[in-house]
This record gives sequence, C-alpha cells and structure tokens, in this order.
Amino acid sequence: MRLDKDTFREIGDSLVRNRSRSLLTGFGIFWGLFMLLFLVGGGQGLKELLGKNFEGFASNAIVIFADNTTKAYNGFREDRSWNLTQDDILRLKTLIPELETATGAVSAWGWTAVRNAHTSSIVFKGINADYEKIETPRLKYGRYITEADVMTERKVCVIGKKVYEELFPEGGDPCGQTIKAGPVFLKIVGVDFSTGNININGDASSAVVVPVSYAQRLLNRGKNVDIVCLTAKAGIKSSSLESRIRHIVAREHSFDPTDKGALIFFYLEQFFNMVDTLFRGVNFLVWLVGLGTLLAGAIGVSNIMMVTVKERTVEIGIRRAIGATPSDILSQIMLESVALTVTAGSMGIVFSVLILNLVEMITKGQAAFQINFGTAVLSATLLAVLGMLAGLAPALRAMKIRPVDAMRDE
Amino acid sequence: MLIELKDVNKVYTGAQPLHVLKGINLGIDSGEFVSIMGASGSGKSTLLNILGILDNYDSGEYWLDGRLIKNLSEKEAAAYRNRKIGFIFQSFNLISFKTALENVELPLFYMGVARKKRQSLAMEYLDRLGLRDWAGHYPNEMSGGQKQRVAIARSLITHPQIILADEPTGALDSKTSEEVMRLLADLNREEKVTIIVVTHESGVANCTNKIVHIKDGLIGAVEDNTGHNSSAFGTSTIMK
Repeated sequence: MRLDKDTFREIGDSLVRNRSRSLLTGFGIFWGLFMLLFLVGGGQGLKELLGKNFEGFASNAIVIFADNTTKAYNGFREDRSWNLTQDDILRLKTLIPELETATGAVSAWGWTAVRNAHTSSIVFKGINADYEKIETPRLKYGRYITEADVMTERKVCVIGKKVYEELFPEGGDPCGQTIKAGPVFLKIVGVDFSTGNININGDASSAVVVPVSYAQRLLNRGKNVDIVCLTAKAGIKSSSLESRIRHIVAREHSFDPTDKGALIFFYLEQFFNMVDTLFRGVNFLVWLVGLGTLLAGAIGVSNIMMVTVKERTVEIGIRRAIGATPSDILSQIMLESVALTVTAGSMGIVFSVLILNLVEMITKGQAAFQINFGTAVLSATLLAVLGMLAGLAPALRAMKIRPVDAMRDE
Repeated sequence: MLIELKDVNKVYTGAQPLHVLKGINLGIDSGEFVSIMGASGSGKSTLLNILGILDNYDSGEYWLDGRLIKNLSEKEAAAYRNRKIGFIFQSFNLISFKTALENVELPLFYMGVARKKRQSLAMEYLDRLGLRDWAGHYPNEMSGGQKQRVAIARSLITHPQIILADEPTGALDSKTSEEVMRLLADLNREEKVTIIVVTHESGVANCTNKIVHIKDGLIGAVEDNTGHNSSAFGTSTIMK
C-alpha cells in the first residue's frame, strides 16, 4: 500500500466527483450515528432526571404500615383496625439482628406554616433520629433531629427547601428563629435541601420535621407510628426477612401472620429495580435502533461502492496495466469507503453533541445529557471499522478486475 | 533475444471454446521495431496481451529478458508491467478525471517514486512530446493526437525496455497517425527501445522495420521491412 499526499487527494476527488451520491450515501451514516448518540445521551439524561426523584433515599429500604385486618384471628373479627407502635420498632430491632435500621414516622397533612406575612403549606412529620439513615438529609443550615430531641420532646423542627424558600424569601440562616406550624410554635434548628421526590409520608422539600415523640403527643397518637422503615444489613436480601417481621408484629397485635392485607410491605428495592429494568429496556432499544440505522447506512455505503467499482472497471484495468498491484486497488477502494464513512459519521458525532448540548441548555442543566468523550472515541472507532467492512466486498471485487477485462469493456 | 515465444497456445474457454493462438513461435531482439499484422480475429491482440503479461497463455513458453513468464503472481506481473513494459492503446486509455500530468505520473506512483520527483519527471516527458502547455488539461480537452502523445509519455516514463502498442493509430486520422508513427520510430532509433505495434493497417506496418504476419492464430510470414516498401498503398502515407 502506497500512501502519500496524492492518495488522499485522489480519495477526496473521487468522493467529490459524485457529489450528490456521496452526500446521500453519507447521510445514511450521518443519521445513523446521530440517532445512536442522541438516543444514548437522551436515555442517560432521562434516567438521571428520574434518578433525582430518588435522591437521598436508601434504595434497599422496606416501608411497612398497618391496615385493617382481612382475616378473623384468635377470636377477633376481621376488618379490625390496629396500629404500629414505637415498641414494635424496638421489638423488631431486638429480635432481628439482620436489620441495620428500624425507625418510624408519623405525619399530618394539610397544615400551614406561618412566619410574619409568609405562609407555606406543609407536611408535618415526626421522626426518630435515625430516620436520616432512610432518607438522607442535605443540610443547608443547622442540624438534624437528634436522639436528645426525641427523648425530651423538644419543640424544634427542620424545614424543607420549599418551606424555607416560602417563609424566608430573603434567605439567610433561619436557625434559632421561630415559625408557627399548624397550631404550634417551633424553633428552627436546621434546613434540609434534599429534593428527593419519593412521597411516602410527604416529600422532603415541603416537610416540617419534628421529634416523633413531640408529634405523637401533639397529634394524640400515643405511641403509634404511621410507618416503620427498615433496612437490612449489607449482603442480606431484605425480602428474606418479611415472614419473620410478619410473625413478630402479628403476635403482638393478635392478627393472622398470613394476613397480607393487615401489614403492608413496600419494597423500595422493587421500585428501583423496576426503574432499572425499564431503563435497561430503553437502552437496549436505543442501541438496537441506533446500530440498526448505522448498519443500514453502512450497507448503503457498501452498495454505492459496488456501483463505483463497476463504473470504474476500465479505470481500474488501466491502473492494473500500468503497474498497480491488486493490493493497491484494494486499499484504494477501502480507503474511499472509510473516508466516506468517517467523514459523514464525524459530522453525526458533532451534530449529536450540539443537539445534546442544546437539550442540556433547555433543561437548565438538571441532568447530564451529553455523551462522554469515551463514547465519542468509541463511536469513531466503530465508524472506521464499519467503513472497512463496508468497503471490503467492493474492494475484493475491484481486486478481481484483470487488466484485460478492462480492455474488453471498451 | 529479449522476447522469445515457443509454441504458445491460448484457448478462450466458454460456451464455444476458441483456440486463438495455435502455437506461436517468435523471437524479437532488443532494439527492434516490429509490427504484428493480421485481420481482426487473427489473434494479434491476444498475442500482444500475452506479451504484455496482461493475459496468460495455456501452453508453451514465453521468455522475457531471460526469464520464463509463467504462473507469475499478480504482484510480480504488476511489477513487470510497471518497470519493463509500456503500453499504448487504441483508445488511449487515459484516466478521464486526471490531468495530462497526473496521467503521466501514475506509473511512477505505483513504482513508489516520491511526489516531487514524479511531477518533475512527468513534466519532462510531456515537454519532450511537445505537451508542456497541456500538462494541466484533462483528456477531454485534447485532440486525439495529443491524447496519444500523453499516453506515449505515460508509457515511457518508467524507462521500459519494451513498448507495446495496440492499434496506436486506430482512432487517429492519417496525418496524426503519421506523426505518432514517426514519434515511435524516433524513439526506437534514438533510445533503442524495443517497440511492438499491433495493427491491421499496412501503412502503419510499413513504418516498422519488421512485419510479423499472423493469420488464424499462427505466424504466417516474417518480413524484413528495413526498406519500408512493403505496402502498395503505404509507402508515402498511411491510408485511412
């Protein structure tokens, strides 16, 4: 194979000579690569956007809550109401050592928080101190609820981002100030800026979080909690603990341990898995469609190169007659094919990067839609390989042209 | 002997096998100016193709410059064509999208000569053939005679020992035909290049020093023509 400046000029010339043909063929590759990269970037951005909703939430958490019994048991009628309590949490923690965390929360909806002339509709949430292991707060100011707050039923609160923005439009550290939440006055000790959107007992940004003991007293709940959140220790499948949890709770509250309607389990893991599976499916489709389009483009290039070779039989024959070796001809056709593919494809890469950038601008940088550099390099390599594959069959055919064949074609 | 053919046979296989060359014996010395004459279908072009290693033969022996040309690999054949043999064709066979200069330098490209050197050499040859001003023109902007001269420049550029011309005047009028033949005769005389011309025109054959008559795939007669008076019509001109 001989390579010099003229080799490349010749390739350029032959691509430009059939300008519209090269453009149309190149468009297939261009569009294929654009589709592939745009969809990959888009899928990844969407996933990230969706992922933001789960921000801060322990992905292996189990949330359980009480509902009316559905089976008669031990002399009790069905459809009896019951409640989970603080004691259940202690009991579960003690009897199931595989649990990493067990914590409870109570909530009241539809309350309004007031500070001077500012108001904000809130979710009033009482929590145990270790609730932060389930839903990690992103503290902007101050601290979170502590064990001491719970034990002494302090009238303190941590407010969410939305509450903070509505009550303190002027900004600044609100810690130490007092707001009125529903019927009571509370001292702010912290501001939680997490924006997770998992709405199990009110979303974090519109929450006013207080010690669970204080909330229970205020709401007349005794020792009851609305939900209990659990996480298993690392390496333990959380669903394997379900029947033990059911038995422990059922014995205490005298309902049938097989009564699935009485104690409801909600596995966040399943939810995360579902989203994961969904995006794996989306990803699969993206690659299928993208690679399919790209492949169709490559086949187009291969086809056009076939036509080119056919058209240039005489020319190739002349070259052979004046001393071109078969490998000279082979490399010439291959290089033309690679040049066409790589040029068109690079434009596809550039265009998709541009469009993805635009998408990022429109979504105001909430998620990274842009493909990374590695993906771009990978697709450029893929292009070169595709170009070679596309050029292979036509080049082999060109190689078979004998000089006399060219003379006969006259 | 530069070229020696011993009982060369060639059969075109096909629906109806065609025995084109039926045992050709021919010797051509270095520096000769030979024409191969025959009617169409006599096998003269096939013979030329075999001489130029463009085609292979079925049996017999072809010795070129002391080497048996048989079962050469494509690469070897290409190297022979590139360095030892120059081709001139009836239809010029210039590459239409390349300028005269680029056409002439193409054999050097396949020889692996550097770009600058290629260009200056090609320019030199075009100049010798009086085409300096046409170097940047494309074949379709030139007359037949000019095109053939470009083709001759291309065939000469690698300093071949042999020039094979297949009906070099077939597409030219009588005046340019004479010019081209005179050019070939000069080349033969001044540079001692062996030239073999295939033609069916007696006037063209008459310009050469030796005429090989071929008929039905066999050599009929070898005629010494150093006096250039073989043709009844062609002593003074080439009849068209």
